[in-house]
This record gives sequence, C-alpha cells and structure tokens, in this order.
Amino acid sequence: MATATTYGARDHARAQQGAHAEAMPVVPATDWPAPPCEAGHLVWAETVAGGNYTHRVLARGTELRLTDVKGDACAHVLLYADGRPWERLNTADTVKVQWNAYLRAGALLLSDQGRVLATVIADTGGRHDALCGTSTLVRNTDRYGDGTPQSASPAGRELLKLAALKNGLEPRDLPPSISFFQGVEVRDDGVLDFTGSAGPAASVTLRAEQDLIVLIANVPHPLDPRPDYTSTPLEVLAWRAAPTRPGDWLWDASPEGRRAYLNTAEFLTARGQS
Amino acid sequence: MTVVPARTAWSAVVRAGELLTITDLHGNQAVDFLVYDADDTAVRYSAADTVHAQGNIFLTTGSVLMSNEHTPLMTVTEDTCGRHDTLGGACSKESNTLRYGHHTWSQHGCVDNFLAEGARYGLGKRDLVSNINWYMNVPVEKDGTLGIVDGISAPGLRVTLRADTDVLVLVSNCPQINNPCNGFEPTAVDMTIGAAPRSAA
Repeated sequence: MATATTYGARDHARAQQGAHAEAMPVVPATDWPAPPCEAGHLVWAETVAGGNYTHRVLARGTELRLTDVKGDACAHVLLYADGRPWERLNTADTVKVQWNAYLRAGALLLSDQGRVLATVIADTGGRHDALCGTSTLVRNTDRYGDGTPQSASPAGRELLKLAALKNGLEPRDLPPSISFFQGVEVRDDGVLDFTGSAGPAASVTLRAEQDLIVLIANVPHPLDPRPDYTSTPLEVLAWRAAPTRPGDWLWDASPEGRRAYLNTAEFLTARGQS
Repeated sequence: MTVVPARTAWSAVVRAGELLTITDLHGNQAVDFLVYDADDTAVRYSAADTVHAQGNIFLTTGSVLMSNEHTPLMTVTEDTCGRHDTLGGACSKESNTLRYGHHTWSQHGCVDNFLAEGARYGLGKRDLVSNINWYMNVPVEKDGTLGIVDGISAPGLRVTLRADTDVLVLVSNCPQINNPCNGFEPTAVDMTIGAAPRSAA
C-alpha cells in the first residue's frame, strides 16, 4: 500500500483495524469471548505481555481476576485509593496486622490508614509474595544485561514508574509491591526459598474495597533463579460486583479484618459513599 | 553520644564512610529506622530489595541496606544482638486500631514520629516506606504465621552501620505499649556517629 501521500498513509494505518496480537486489551471488554461473570458486567479484559505493564482505575466493588496463562507470569501489583494516592498499599501492615507473611484467599490488602484496599477472594495458585518486591534497573542489568523498559528484560520498578507517572504519581510514590504467581517461603533462620509458580492457569481474584488505582507489571520475580528472562502473558479481567459487606464470611473472618472493613465503611460513609 | 528518650524521634545526615552506632541502653527496645540518599530522597531504603538481595528476612553483621534502586545505602559492620526485623514496619495510630482496637487511637505511634521528623527535611507521607526495626524479633512460622515476640536484646547491645553514601537517617524510638517489641515499656537508646564506643557492652 502506497504511503507516500497523506491519503495513502491514512489508508495504510486504518487497514490495521481488526488485527490481533497475543497480548492486547479487548475493547469493549464485553467482547471478551468467555466472560467469568454475567454477560455485560466485564469492564476490563486484557492480556498483558511478558515484560510489559498495565494500569486502570477500578470502582469500589469491582472484582479483578489475574490469570497466569502459561505458567511464567508474575504480576507485581500496587494499589492506591483513587483521588487520594497518599493512601496506598502497605505490605508491612498487610503482613503484620493479619499475623501472616503469605498472601492467600481471604487476605486483606491493607492501606497505611487502617483500611482495606482490596480483598483476595479466590486463589487457585497459592504461590504469591509480599516480601521481595519487584526488580530494578540495576538488578536486571546485572542479571540479564539490561533493565530498561525498551529492552527485552524490563525491570518491574521501571514499568511501575511509567504506570505511576500516567496516573499523576511519581517514583517516590512507589512503595514495596506485592507479586502474584511466583512465591517464596521463609525458613526458621530467615532464609528465603523461591518456590516458583503453580503452573499454567492459576488465578487469583481481588475485590476492590475502595475506588482504586491499580498498577501491574508482568515481569520475572527478583528471586527467579533462571538465567534467562522468563515472562509469559498475564490475563486481566475485571467486572462489576459489590464490596464486602457485613454477613459475608470475610467480614468476620478475623477481628483485625473486621475492624479494617469497619474503618473502611465508616470512612466512605462519612464521605457520602457506601 | 546522643541519648534518644523513650517514644521520641531522632535524625541525622551520616556522611559516606562514617559509622552510626545504635545502642540499646536498657534492653529490648525497638528502634524504627528509615534511611534515604541524602542527595536524592526519592532513593530510599527498600525492605523488599534488602530482603531479596540477601535472600533472608533478618538483618545482622554483613547485611546491606539496599535502596529502591537496588544501590547500597548502609552496611551492618557490627551487631552484638544478632536479629533485627525487616517485615513489621512502623506502628501507627491507624494500624493500632486494627491490631488492638480503637481504644489505642490516642497512643503514640512511630509513623507520627517519622512524619514530624521527616517534615524537617521536606519529606511527606509519600516518603514513608516499610522500615527496619532494630532489636525487634519477628519470626515467621512454617504456615506463614508471623508476629512480634519477646526480644532477644539486652542492655548495652549495639549495632553499627557504615554509610555507603551520604544518607539521611530517621529514627523513631518506638512508643508501642501493646506488644513485646520493647517489653511493653519504651526505654531510651543511644545514637552515636563516629567510631563504635568501646565500652558500650
């Protein structure tokens, strides 16, 4: 197709309509072929390439399912209260308040304000990490030869910086992240053992308990011992649902969690939300 | 020598190559600690980078405190206690309401100390991240159960850190009275910049 003229260049560009890639967003999300929810409820459907990132703002009550399609995804996630990003994921409070170092079904992802950002409502993988954070330019350059976003081995922190900047945030707004699908275990003497993934098709589902900015980088776990940068697609689906309410088993699953839900509900009620 | 009273904050710039010694004067006190690159405070202590760089959640002699850009900020050159925490972070009025109940709201917390002390350097809430707790004992069980338990520190035990670049150090001498991080009774610690005191123990 001739592209020497404006008309030809326009025709050439428009001819790409309908093309498909292995990793891409499906817009509208309701066109996703196999929705895991009631038809029409999907609000986000995307496959994130290995070594890439994505971000979205989700309304309170939205459920977000991440799936490790081929077994070598690792979703490095940061959460912020939308419009109030100074309230953000606090991994220390998350593990300390709940008396557990591991992220499992029923775990609350806590902010630094004594409130819940999201709840892990389902998990078929069981290998996740709240301790090790993500990779950096320095570490990936040392391990893989490069860590820049343009390279074949982008670092998680570099991608999360870009996702943050697109939401009006800056590098100093990035606290330690959590990661799904590549886990670690702690020995008695504090040594960390990398457990790897549970294999293809593992999924984890989060429920937004506030309006959230969600940042996701899909890159290898920093303790992945393989010499090659190994990162495969991450499926991201989100759909309209309802936040955790009194009566839900999660609400009273622990005294600490119940107080976190109560604090969240009271805070939002005072703002005129519910 | 600078004695930091119970419940209070302390800060200093420690130049590259200088030593900072933290002495647990009365034993079993938790010393909440944050460190920033003095020339670029967007580069600051990363618990996650420190943990994955050394493959261990505990700190002791030889541990390197890594930044969020995976560069060394400080190195532990001497530790007469042997175990320090990277996971628990700071106590706060907000987290206290979850951990113990809303009756704790009017008690002191480390986050307030960090905010007030950091503000003197232009730092704000966004600049607070998961911190080190010197002398605090936080084991992790096989099933992931984690908790602050009785400390293993004693009067006079100390940890010495070498600054690997010019750093800004913020300390909150933990005021927590609801868990055994300080034996339920906050006490004073000593912060000394320079050579480690010979007679501290």
